[in-house]
Amino acid sequence: MTDREHNTGIAVDAAEVKHARKRYRAERRFRMYGMAAIAAAAGMLALLVISIVATGWTAFYQHSIALDVTFEAKVIDPKGGRDPSVLARADYRKLARASLRELFPDVKKRGDKRKLYGLLSIGVDQQLAELVAADPSLIGQTRRVEIYASDDVDSFLKGFIDREAPESDRRVKDKEIAWLDKLEADGAITSDLNLRFWTKGDSREPELAGFWGAMVGSFFTLLVTLALSFPVGVLAATYLEEFAPKNRWTDIIEVNINNLAAVPSIVFGLLGLAVFLNFFGLPRSAPLVGGMVLALMTLPTIIIASRSALKAVPPSIREAAFGVGASELQVVTHHVVPLALPGILTGAIIGMARALGETAPLLMIGMVAFIVDIPGSVTDPATVMPVQIYLWADSPERAFVARTSAGVMALLGFLMLMNALAVILRKRFERRW
Amino acid sequence: MLDSETNSATIADPKVVCRDVSVSYSGKQALFDIDLDIGIHQVTSLIGPSGCGKSTFLRCMNRMNDVIDGCVVTGSISVDGVEILDDEIDAVQLRRRVGMVFQKPNPFPKSIYDNIAYGPRIHGLVRGKDELDEVVQTSLERAGLWEEVKDRLLQPGTGLSGGQQQRLCIARAIAVRPDVILMDEPCSALDPIATARVEELIDELKRSYSIVIVTHSMQQAARVSQRTAFFHLGIVVEVGETEQIFTNPRDERTQGYITGRYG
Repeated sequence: MTDREHNTGIAVDAAEVKHARKRYRAERRFRMYGMAAIAAAAGMLALLVISIVATGWTAFYQHSIALDVTFEAKVIDPKGGRDPSVLARADYRKLARASLRELFPDVKKRGDKRKLYGLLSIGVDQQLAELVAADPSLIGQTRRVEIYASDDVDSFLKGFIDREAPESDRRVKDKEIAWLDKLEADGAITSDLNLRFWTKGDSREPELAGFWGAMVGSFFTLLVTLALSFPVGVLAATYLEEFAPKNRWTDIIEVNINNLAAVPSIVFGLLGLAVFLNFFGLPRSAPLVGGMVLALMTLPTIIIASRSALKAVPPSIREAAFGVGASELQVVTHHVVPLALPGILTGAIIGMARALGETAPLLMIGMVAFIVDIPGSVTDPATVMPVQIYLWADSPERAFVARTSAGVMALLGFLMLMNALAVILRKRFERRW
Repeated sequence: MLDSETNSATIADPKVVCRDVSVSYSGKQALFDIDLDIGIHQVTSLIGPSGCGKSTFLRCMNRMNDVIDGCVVTGSISVDGVEILDDEIDAVQLRRRVGMVFQKPNPFPKSIYDNIAYGPRIHGLVRGKDELDEVVQTSLERAGLWEEVKDRLLQPGTGLSGGQQQRLCIARAIAVRPDVILMDEPCSALDPIATARVEELIDELKRSYSIVIVTHSMQQAARVSQRTAFFHLGIVVEVGETEQIFTNPRDERTQGYITGRYG
């Protein structure tokens, strides 16, 4: 757009022409700097997203080994009572191993057998138990069941383990590769969408580990954060902006709110540990406490955003309302706050998005624990998405690397959703005056 | 403050009586001992150069200055004999009886209907939807806006033209059935045609209301008002019949202002 030859024909003398040329050059340079800055930012963002997706996308599918499992009544339910608690505790692993042995009758040595069984995830008993619990009539029948492959096998099948590498450097040995090749030739190896990732809690085994527990934990935590910080923040902002006298005390309060917004989040974690856990004795690792800590952290953000939104409501609207005889409260609740609502909501959602991605303060109050169960309420022990990512990033297994990135993608997805919501709400409630 | 020669601040049948009204903003005095009566069912215009205190004085009459921090009003203002600067008087009820129209049209960002209905609703002046509809219609009719907007009452008031918006604001002010309407330069943001319509409307409305209008337009003051007060540097220099002020001002400052030598 700057290629156009500028017409300097109107200029009076050469000096003026020269001056104008210089000005155009300066403008062009400035635009180029701006575009370069945007390109750099976009490039870094693209790099981040591409590297995460490249590492993480394989976590969204999972290999299984299809076996004909005979649900032998004498193993599962020797007494025949069909008691659910008996059914749940039966030794299903034995059944799966029996089917494997049938497929590979030549494997005789103890060590080899153990390796053979190692193809399957140790979650096999749980998987079979769930099938039987859902349909006890399976007992006594033979069914083809797709059993999760262990994390090493899964990594091998996804191509992360090089079969050409020296055997000593490989976590999957030659014999295992031979068995897998045979299974593959039989069409017994399947790959499916990894639903477990979206429906289960954490596990020590990567192939069993799910993100759902952390998602529910984040949901409960944010619920508490929102329930505490939104009303308190909006009320505080409204009072300070609309009702409080402007004096030294309110100035001090304002300065301190701004200071609080800049306090490192880990400090809020320490405060939560000292006050909520040690003094009030609230449960450790619970979304309740996590939410309270994050609410403290989010409050200043919401107050500051709400105050500037309230400030942006034109005084003419206040005058109009006062002019027809609205009381101060009516002016605020009927006119000022509804008009400021888009700004308030945007501030609240941005605060919430920050809370969603927060890790440090939650480490302090014990939300960093290994928790398998899906939390059912705000007082159940739980972890949250960023902490789950942190935990997985710390695990040595190859398959956890992919899951870490998958978790990051899920978290980023939620953040984008929340920001999109902020934009939609702003557009929806925005009114012109 | 007024010498006897120009003192026609008091009139026989006043609606609002102001005596010794002084206003200061955070210690800085803006108005000095104003004495002025507002006649019933007539238009009183306040003229004077910018910053002379006309708007400040206007805002004293419905205590709009209450909402400004650091503003102190002393003296006495009574409406129908009731002292309104008294703390006992509820400013909210006062503002229902003394309505206001502002310089810039400021409809609420709501529908035309809701703009008018808001006042009657919050003051509990109506019972039921039918009565409210009627108030909205009469107010719009009296503001000369009904024919233009009757088919789009539910559209936003902010979508009207500037002149229509200002008439909407006038309709909103009369919807709560006030006795006095204060207008703070109501036409300064309007074009001449819209201004003419608002002026016609003011002429109409004076039959039912007592109107005080602040204006920078000498012609407007001459056209619409029966009495005129000339403010200068926080005092009322001269007040009298509009005709007298414009044809035969007694004070040379008034003379200077209306002939355009300063202001």
